Amino acid sequence: MKFVVCMKQVPMASELPWDPKTRTLRRDLAEGMMNPACKQALELALGLGQKEGAQVTAITMGPPMAEEILREAIAMGAHRGLLITDPALAGSDTYATSFTLARAIEIFCPDFDLILTGCHTTDSETAQVGPQLAEELGIASAAYVDEVTVEGGTARLRRVSDGFLETLEIDLPCLVTVNTTNRSPRYVPLSGLEDAFGEVNILSVGVADLGIDPALVGADGSPTRIVDVTAPRSGKENVVLTGAPKKIVEELLERFESRISGLIRQDIRKSDAR
Amino acid sequence: MPAQRPEIWVFGDYRNYFQNRVTLQLLSRATDLAEKRGALVCATVFGWDTGEWVGEYIAHGARKVYLVEDRRLGRYSCDLYVGLMERLARRYRPEIILVGATSFGREFAPRVAKRLKTGLTADCVGLDIDENGLLVQTAPAFGGNLLTRIVTPQKRPQMATVRPGVFREIPHDHGATGEIVRIDFPEDMPPDRVRLVSSERTLPVPRHLGNAEIVVCGGRGMGSKGRFRNLYELARLLGGEVGATRPAVYARWADEDALVGQADKHIRPKVLFSFGISGAIQHTAGIVDAGFIIAVNKNPKAAMMKMADVAIVADAHQVCLALIKEFKKRLRA
Ligand SMILES: Cc1cc2nc3c(=O)[nH]c(=O)nc-3n(C[C@H](O)[C@H](O)[C@H](O)COP(=O)(O)OP(=O)(O)OC[C@H]3O[C@@H](n4cnc5c(N)ncnc54)[C@H](O)[C@@H]3O)c2cc1C
Ligand SMILES: Cc1cc2nc3c(=O)[nH]c(=O)nc-3n(C[C@H](O)[C@H](O)[C@H](O)COP(=O)(O)OP(=O)(O)OC[C@H]3O[C@@H](n4cnc5c(N)ncnc54)[C@H](O)[C@@H]3O)c2cc1C
Repeated sequence: MKFVVCMKQVPMASELPWDPKTRTLRRDLAEGMMNPACKQALELALGLGQKEGAQVTAITMGPPMAEEILREAIAMGAHRGLLITDPALAGSDTYATSFTLARAIEIFCPDFDLILTGCHTTDSETAQVGPQLAEELGIASAAYVDEVTVEGGTARLRRVSDGFLETLEIDLPCLVTVNTTNRSPRYVPLSGLEDAFGEVNILSVGVADLGIDPALVGADGSPTRIVDVTAPRSGKENVVLTGAPKKIVEELLERFESRISGLIRQDIRKSDAR
Repeated sequence: MPAQRPEIWVFGDYRNYFQNRVTLQLLSRATDLAEKRGALVCATVFGWDTGEWVGEYIAHGARKVYLVEDRRLGRYSCDLYVGLMERLARRYRPEIILVGATSFGREFAPRVAKRLKTGLTADCVGLDIDENGLLVQTAPAFGGNLLTRIVTPQKRPQMATVRPGVFREIPHDHGATGEIVRIDFPEDMPPDRVRLVSSERTLPVPRHLGNAEIVVCGGRGMGSKGRFRNLYELARLLGGEVGATRPAVYARWADEDALVGQADKHIRPKVLFSFGISGAIQHTAGIVDAGFIIAVNKNPKAAMMKMADVAIVADAHQVCLALIKEFKKRLRA
């Protein structure tokens, strides 16, 4: 059996490398980590892979430093890693990202049985890449999965979806997006550990290696475009507001409306500002 | 045959109707957008025996309902619904498709967008039309610490998902009328590749203080039980929970469960409102992981005011009332 786990490197939650001058994310400054849901997808793949004797390939698309999470994946028990890195990929939305991942899988793991992704990331957290990757590959998928077992060419899945506990069956090959619920740690056999410390099997490729027309990826190949990003005020400023309660509240919501909108996930901006 | 007037479609997500009003909320927002765009608000309904929803959507703002009714659609199926939406959208070419960010919608919408070769913005907290007629989609990122505005300049339809509770539904209008466009279930539709073996309702996860993203905390400075009660109103408006200091619990203004402080009474909200609380260490030990803190106290020197992002020097009760009033106004949009 062959499993593919897609994973993304995200900035460590504790520090948000926002550059207020250039109004961009300083990803170069951020300490990166394996996105938590991707780690759960990997845990699930490795646990299931041990039972089924599967080969597990970890794939990430990102800047060169994203290789770190492939090394981590291999240390955890993945057999090989594929880094897709190319300046042409910068600014890819989920449409272009899933397109690129699909082309890489078709070339480097065409005979996959199961693809696992995280349900969402902690940075842009769209939860769109998994389902769109399944579409790109023309395979069935299920999102927010908690458990997977494989029986004679069929995956049996459990998940909770909109208040229903569901058991589903999908014929392989298929794709699942894995929920963030913690999985119990696996027993890692000694041979696995030895492999992890031996030769690290990571391949790095660019768009030309994947036969991709650069116009189809990156910002150019992305249907969505980011107009702007509203920055938080970094750190605690300890703004002191005094005066009449009504005026204070107006001032509070005026100054912090974007921030509060984001935090409460409701738009409290005055309609003319929307 | 694309429609004459641009159309804004809302996906009819009718499962869990009584808890999940997201479709009605989207119809309401779509009505505002349609006014700016000179567009028509439409709903899509896929299912079996769906008359109830069709009527409900018309009463809540849909002027046209695209209805596919067939026994094979008797249960929610991502595969079939994606296939239907793709076909309908190719035929009628809506300008915008809005989908509720339920678990189902989050799987459905990305796949539809991919098939239609268009963009999708996740979890919008704001939707508007700009001067060029483009849909401007505002979405949070990094756990709500950033807000992004996103557009889909070239491709159509423009697609967005929106979490339940972001927009307010418009009241039910019995007199509203709408056109119903019935479409036969296509006989060449590929079968569902996902087999549902079993499905049972789960008990809803109770919301509690410990996992709440928004907490409104009150202390002795609230002054009375009656005034403290307004904190519940504020929390309800924001979708948050109420916490209390020991004196407030001892005075029975709040239940024992609401106590916030050292030991097990830890909270981790993204936003904490703190009203009339001095900031004793036994209390602040429980809020070290709080994100954005807004504190209200008459005394600017109170410890709680020093650890706040915004320290409001005023009467806690008055500020609470003013916040309720202002949020009510702003959240109605
Ligand atoms: C602030 C901000 C907002 C954005 N909003 C949108 C938006 O609304 N719509 C849009 O289309 N794009 C958006 N983008 C672009 C989007 O972040 C990228 O396309 C990103 O590469 C994937 O999206 P995600 O992080 O949301 O992944 P998700 O879809 O949340 O990720 C789910 C899973 O997909 C897999 N995966 C995701 N990315 C990769 C990768 N690079 N390599 C390998 N596996 C991966 C992982 O298994 C991951 O757990 C936004 C970007 C920013 C910076
Ligand atoms: C062993 C032990 C364990 C404890 N555990 C906890 C615990 O888990 N949780 C907990 O909360 N406490 C705990 N306490 C109690 C704690 O020490 C403090 O007494 C308590 O937190 C104070 O609550 P408070 O801020 O509501 O009241 P106060 O300290 O009396 O503060 C009231 C504040 O309200 C302000 N105020 C007054 N009127 C107004 C007004 N009209 N408008 C605005 N502001 C006004 C005042 O300026 C003052 O700052 C514990 C104590 C002990 C000894």
